[in-house]
Amino acid sequence: MRNDETLAHGDETFAHGDETFAKGAQAGLPVVLGYLGIGLAAGVVERAAGLSYAEILLLSMVLYAGSAQFVVTSMVSLASPLSAIVLTVFFVNLRHLLLAAALAPYFRRLPAWKNALLGLQLTDETFVVAVGRFASHPPTGAAWMAGLNLAAYSTWATANLAGALFSAQFAGSAANTKVLGFALPCMFAGLLVLQLAARPQVRVGLAVALFSAALAVAVQASHPGPWAVIGATLCGATLGLALERWTSAPNSSR
Amino acid sequence: MDVRPELLALILACAAVTAVPRVLPLVLLAKIALPRWLLAWLAYVPVAVLAALLAIEVLVVEGKPALSAANPSLLAIVPALATAAFTRSLIGTVMVGLGAYWLLL
Repeated sequence: MRNDETLAHGDETFAHGDETFAKGAQAGLPVVLGYLGIGLAAGVVERAAGLSYAEILLLSMVLYAGSAQFVVTSMVSLASPLSAIVLTVFFVNLRHLLLAAALAPYFRRLPAWKNALLGLQLTDETFVVAVGRFASHPPTGAAWMAGLNLAAYSTWATANLAGALFSAQFAGSAANTKVLGFALPCMFAGLLVLQLAARPQVRVGLAVALFSAALAVAVQASHPGPWAVIGATLCGATLGLALERWTSAPNSSR
Repeated sequence: MDVRPELLALILACAAVTAVPRVLPLVLLAKIALPRWLLAWLAYVPVAVLAALLAIEVLVVEGKPALSAANPSLLAIVPALATAAFTRSLIGTVMVGLGAYWLLL
């Protein structure tokens, strides 16, 4: 998180030559490829859930957040109230706080409006690419990051729209639409496994997932509505924190 | 090609609550030191929310828990999860899950 040492040397050590917008866009290639796949799937799911092309484009360009878009799609088709969807999206995207806070030291010299623009297009994937580079090549300006951001952003919107068009082609019958709709839980399953695999303590992550899933099903079956997701999320994350503290506590004096 | 007004409102509201945590730390630029417990708590939010959403999509049918082999979603999600665990590929997971669901339906 703290990169003050590298930062202190950054301005003198690195030239501007490889820090251009184009180089940033180039560095975004892995993200572009990844977003083509996820964006296509997102477009398929959004169209299958009854969103119009304009709504899908708006969603992917204004919200621009993969998992949050799946949340919106899922909760809209469950007819959840607006306030509940917004609250869930807030919790889902709160993690960006961590990413932005980790990037902030690198952009301390930039004007606030440039930082705001860079932050607006921050995603998990662009963050990973950016910190991977900044550890050895701290940025002196915004150009490289802007190139990375814009490559990812434009791919995402295009892929969403392409997925929606594909969905319309494929979904000729009601049965096909039902099959395509199953892409949504499949995405959740894939994202969940990736999240679990990225956790240092896989067992705690698994416990959180099982607890959260069971609680969500129990609440949804007895009191159908948005509180199943919100309640399960808050309780699940709290369980994770408690288990993490508990499993690492015995031999340390906390 | 139309945008429903209530969906426009929803998208704008979701975008607003998403933009704040994305932008605020970068604009304030101070060394934002969130308490460690909050960082640890936040790190579990994605797992918890994804598990909840997945469970509701797959295990609840017409408002009731459906934990039997008669539920095609439950059966089809098993190979999807296995694909995700072994390949770490999202698109592969979706393809396998859709294929399994199509066969079971």
